[in-house]
Amino acid sequence: MATLELHGVEKRFGPASILAGIDLALADGEMLVIVGASGCGKSTLLRLVAGLETPSAGRIVLDQRDITQLDPAARDIAMVFQNYALYPHMSVFDNMAYALRIRGLSRNEIAAQVQATAELLGIGALLARKPRQLSGGQRQRVAMGRAIVRSPKLFLFDEPLSNLDAKLRVQMRAEIRRLQRRLGVTSLYVTHDQVEAMTLGDRLLVLEGGRAAQLATPMEVFARPATVYVAGFIGAPAMNFLPAALLPGGAVQLSGGQVVAVPGAVGSPGAVTLGVRPEHVSLADGGIPLAVELVEPLGSETLVHGRMADGTALLAKLPGAAPVGDQVAVALAPDALHLFDAASGRRL
Amino acid sequence: MERRTIFPGRLLPILLAAPQLLLTAVFFLWPAGQAAWFSTARQDAFGLRSEFVGFENFSDLLTDPLYRESVGRTALFCALVAALSMGVALLLAVFADREIRGRAAYRTLLIWPYAIAPAVAAVLWILVLHPQVGLVGRWLNRHGVAWDYRLRDAQAMSVVVLASAWKQVSYDFIFFLAGLQAIPRTVTEAARMDGARGWRRFRTITLPLLAPTVLFLLVVNLVYAAFDTFGTIQALTGGGPGKATETLVVKVYRDGVVNLDLGSSSAQSVLLMGGVIVLTMLQFRFLGRRRAD
Ligand SMILES: Nc1ncnc2c1ncn2[C@@H]1O[C@H](COP(=O)(O)OP(=O)(O)OP(=O)(O)O)[C@@H](O)[C@H]1O
Ligand SMILES: [Mg+2]
Repeated sequence: MATLELHGVEKRFGPASILAGIDLALADGEMLVIVGASGCGKSTLLRLVAGLETPSAGRIVLDQRDITQLDPAARDIAMVFQNYALYPHMSVFDNMAYALRIRGLSRNEIAAQVQATAELLGIGALLARKPRQLSGGQRQRVAMGRAIVRSPKLFLFDEPLSNLDAKLRVQMRAEIRRLQRRLGVTSLYVTHDQVEAMTLGDRLLVLEGGRAAQLATPMEVFARPATVYVAGFIGAPAMNFLPAALLPGGAVQLSGGQVVAVPGAVGSPGAVTLGVRPEHVSLADGGIPLAVELVEPLGSETLVHGRMADGTALLAKLPGAAPVGDQVAVALAPDALHLFDAASGRRL
Repeated sequence: MERRTIFPGRLLPILLAAPQLLLTAVFFLWPAGQAAWFSTARQDAFGLRSEFVGFENFSDLLTDPLYRESVGRTALFCALVAALSMGVALLLAVFADREIRGRAAYRTLLIWPYAIAPAVAAVLWILVLHPQVGLVGRWLNRHGVAWDYRLRDAQAMSVVVLASAWKQVSYDFIFFLAGLQAIPRTVTEAARMDGARGWRRFRTITLPLLAPTVLFLLVVNLVYAAFDTFGTIQALTGGGPGKATETLVVKVYRDGVVNLDLGSSSAQSVLLMGGVIVLTMLQFRFLGRRRAD
């Protein structure tokens, strides 16, 4: 259990700047989820904390101790790799006992701790097997066990569930959360699955091209996304973005000409991007006309893909099995609209 | 995935294989058959007549203390060559596997010895180790070491081991490097995070994962040292001083070509051939298993 701080951490590979100006502070026992598009530097950030890479600038502080230059072997941090990285020539028991043996624990202590951890994860019956004799889900558990048994100061997870099938992923997601709460170990969790991001994290760090786009609780990120990028990343189906012009007095004009009231909208008149989540679009007589292109009935709800008069695409998520014609009129929930600066993408 | 090419007709495949088959016939089957034939005969001292003696040449050999000594010497020689070349190659491969500067140049330089003919390699080593001409040889003598590998048994043995191992380092290096690079990086990283450093990580993670390569190379090196070092030894010491570096292949040559005891020499060749066949079969089994993995 520990606190983790990153101060102005940067990473360059040759001339390419991969991470820039990352500042973070994790409280004891907190789970921070790092999300972002592929290649935005999530794994690199994790490897910097792990010590597998050295930052080009900045400091990493674990439990008030500067570990920036410390060898990974001395950091007392455990990592669960995407491909599990189990030791292929060792049994499950030996995989889990490896770090304990290096610490010089006695044979009995090691057996007891490995056994207890294996029971916790439901892999007690697999201890004699080699990794190649395990299913994907079982390997995942062993990888977790190898991290847990050490009781490290910090857990690092790099997309640990991405190699599992959908059902197992849901199950392991809940289990990881439960274990992390119960053990109270400070954790960094990388994913590009936004459901994992929403459900697992105490807080979310959204990375965009190596920079922190937003750092907040999942609900805050969902309710008040800081940029267009964040807004498009969190929430499924993704938010609609409509080009618009900001009018004085709390309203915007869509490029099709319709004026939409946006309570509390302030700022100098100019080009903006209006964001609205599909669930905040509803049918309304006399609303914005929408030419329907595709209807996807999902049972409990219906997705309607349409196009406004000026050609802008709009997705609506309607409750129930709503019968929809070729042409509908929709309204945007006024208190659930997001305004972004069109040029910078920042929230207004 | 195995790739097979299907040829139409018979003629083309036979034509394509013919040169190789011809070479095998002329340079292997014929002399091997001759050796097998000679091994059952005894020549008179002038080489004019020969009489059939069955397995007498073999039974003479197996009771001959000189032959047994040569077997022991060859075993020692093989063990030393394999240990030295594999040890050095592994060390170099571990360094090459890390990110080091000038890695490409370093690798190219390491491949050279393999491409050098045995006699040329021997001359190079003579230029280094000769007590009067060689750089190192002169230096040793000047500093009070009585160095002359042409007179001292142990020194002669160490020189042929050194030269033979040196030629094989390249080959071992390539396989070790490939083996090291086949170890998933994340496995090594996981071990680092588990607190394993340096020698311990090498011993508990790298070496076990390299075990198939080690076994394979062990067989290759033993075969090399036992059968492929004649040129190097002959050019360096000719098997001497006395019999100090007379390994089995050198003894075949000395007994047959120098001392003209064709019967015994042929019997020795036949025994060696048996050894090669056993070791090669072992080697193919390892290769087959590596492919199946
Ligand atoms: N050792 C390296 N040398 C050079 N560039 C690297 C190196 N490691 C990573 N990069 C680059 O850094 C960028 C970020 O890589 P990183 O692996 O952190 O992305 P990621 O966010 O984890 O992506 P993904 O979701 O696909 O795993 C990529 O553009 C990658 O090409
Ligand atoms: Mg990654």
